[in-house]
Amino acid sequence: MPADNLVEIESLDFAYDDRVILNGISLTIPRGKVVAIMGGSGCGKTTLLRLIGGQLRPSRGEIRVDGLSVPALSSADLYALRRRMGMLFQFGALFTDISVFDNVAYQMREHTTLPEELIRDMVLLKLNAVGLRGAHGLMPAELSGGMARRVALARAISLDPMLIMYDEPFAGLDPISLGVIGQLIRKLNDALGATTIMVTHDIQESLLIVDFIYFMSDGKVVALGTPDEIRASRHPFVHQFVCAEADGPVPFHYPAAPLAAELLADGRA
Amino acid sequence: MNQPRQPWSLPVIVGSIGRPVNNALQRLGFASRFFVMLLFCSGQSFRRLHLTLREIYFSGFQSLLIIMVSGLFIGMVLGMQGYETLQRYGSAEALGVLVALSLVRELGPVVAALLFASRAGSSITAEIGLMKATEQLTAMDMMAVNPIARVVAPRFWGGVLSMPLLAAIFSSTGVFGGYLIGVVFIGVDEGAFWSQMQASVDFRFDVWSGIVKSFVFGIAVSLIAVFEGYDAVPTAEGVSGSIKSTVVKSALAILALDFVLTSFMFREA
Repeated sequence: MPADNLVEIESLDFAYDDRVILNGISLTIPRGKVVAIMGGSGCGKTTLLRLIGGQLRPSRGEIRVDGLSVPALSSADLYALRRRMGMLFQFGALFTDISVFDNVAYQMREHTTLPEELIRDMVLLKLNAVGLRGAHGLMPAELSGGMARRVALARAISLDPMLIMYDEPFAGLDPISLGVIGQLIRKLNDALGATTIMVTHDIQESLLIVDFIYFMSDGKVVALGTPDEIRASRHPFVHQFVCAEADGPVPFHYPAAPLAAELLADGRA
Repeated sequence: MNQPRQPWSLPVIVGSIGRPVNNALQRLGFASRFFVMLLFCSGQSFRRLHLTLREIYFSGFQSLLIIMVSGLFIGMVLGMQGYETLQRYGSAEALGVLVALSLVRELGPVVAALLFASRAGSSITAEIGLMKATEQLTAMDMMAVNPIARVVAPRFWGGVLSMPLLAAIFSSTGVFGGYLIGVVFIGVDEGAFWSQMQASVDFRFDVWSGIVKSFVFGIAVSLIAVFEGYDAVPTAEGVSGSIKSTVVKSALAILALDFVLTSFMFREA
């Protein structure tokens, strides 16, 4: 295994019951880089993150994180690996019964025996990094969507992970929060010396901050490249995505029988 | 799309019986595995006792008011009804025995468990179900914190430990209610009320069997509550269905278990 790849995925298959989600996908995530995985809704991006985090098991294929085969790990080893990963969920997934401060302190208290004074300083530093030190006493219900996302980001990096995974970090944010989160993702990755995988469909924001992009469709990688290569790409799928066209290789309609046939069939039933 | 309805044929009928039975068995198997896993993960609930104490506070202490008020009213009703019947046979002095035995053997454990299921069980299901729906459980798992050990087991043990105490408090306030009506308002002889109760209520036979019952009900209600929450479909509709399910299944389980336990405990009586 080349040491410069933190995550390596080889011909991975995954299906929920009969529905095939990933179909022989292969990709690598180099150390220290911010990599975006893009594709339309429901193309298996989030599933891929869950497979990397070991929450799902693939039907076939290999996933290695830092040289460890994730599907083969025992639950104790998997938990040990997850302590070195941070994950930001689409809607933050903050613990709603505890304050912002306690949310960020959660992993430190669960996994370390650090004294409370040190935890306090570390939590305030993490919150400072996302600009929310002043909000440490608030409850998650008192935060706006963008603030909640930033708190979740502070929580995801609380133990200085080697790998940070973002599931749709830009979904449902106003343009200002969107830019703030984008810049934070880049800065935190570089400051922590971590590696970032970002699953998103926000192409414009991603092109500004990432090092590399994979495009997924139908459970496979269909295109890849640096932001400049992607902008210049003539690939029909990438073109449709970058230019946000309604129809193209990704059809507007969910597969169905022809409309006329269906209307007539309904009339007879 | 409207499909033409299939006529009632043997495979359809067999299928419509078999499918729910199959599903129910599968779910029962899953619940049993869940219970075993919960027991395996219970160490933390006792090593970090504050987790369980917090749940005893939420489900036990906060149910005290409804338990005590209901106990008092049921005791008062027993006092009135019991006096009404007993005085016809000239044995109104046995009122204390009637009130105490009814409460300690049956009404205390059963009614307290029914109240506990609707007051605390439903809120445990709602809390765990919503934590699942908002990805908090997944987030916890990704932080290498086992949600069954951290969230489910303390709530389960909090319920199991609270239930016998609540049933005992229910019975005590009930006896006091019976005393209020029988002795203070109706004027049954106070000495006879207490001394007959003392003479006829056996600790090992009556009180102990009541405690055992409430302990068993505590296990049943708490298990149903945490399982329904953990297994909830992660949507608003799914969580509301699980809460309903907790209350209905708990009530049925309590009454069925009560019948089984009573038939074993009071065989020789």
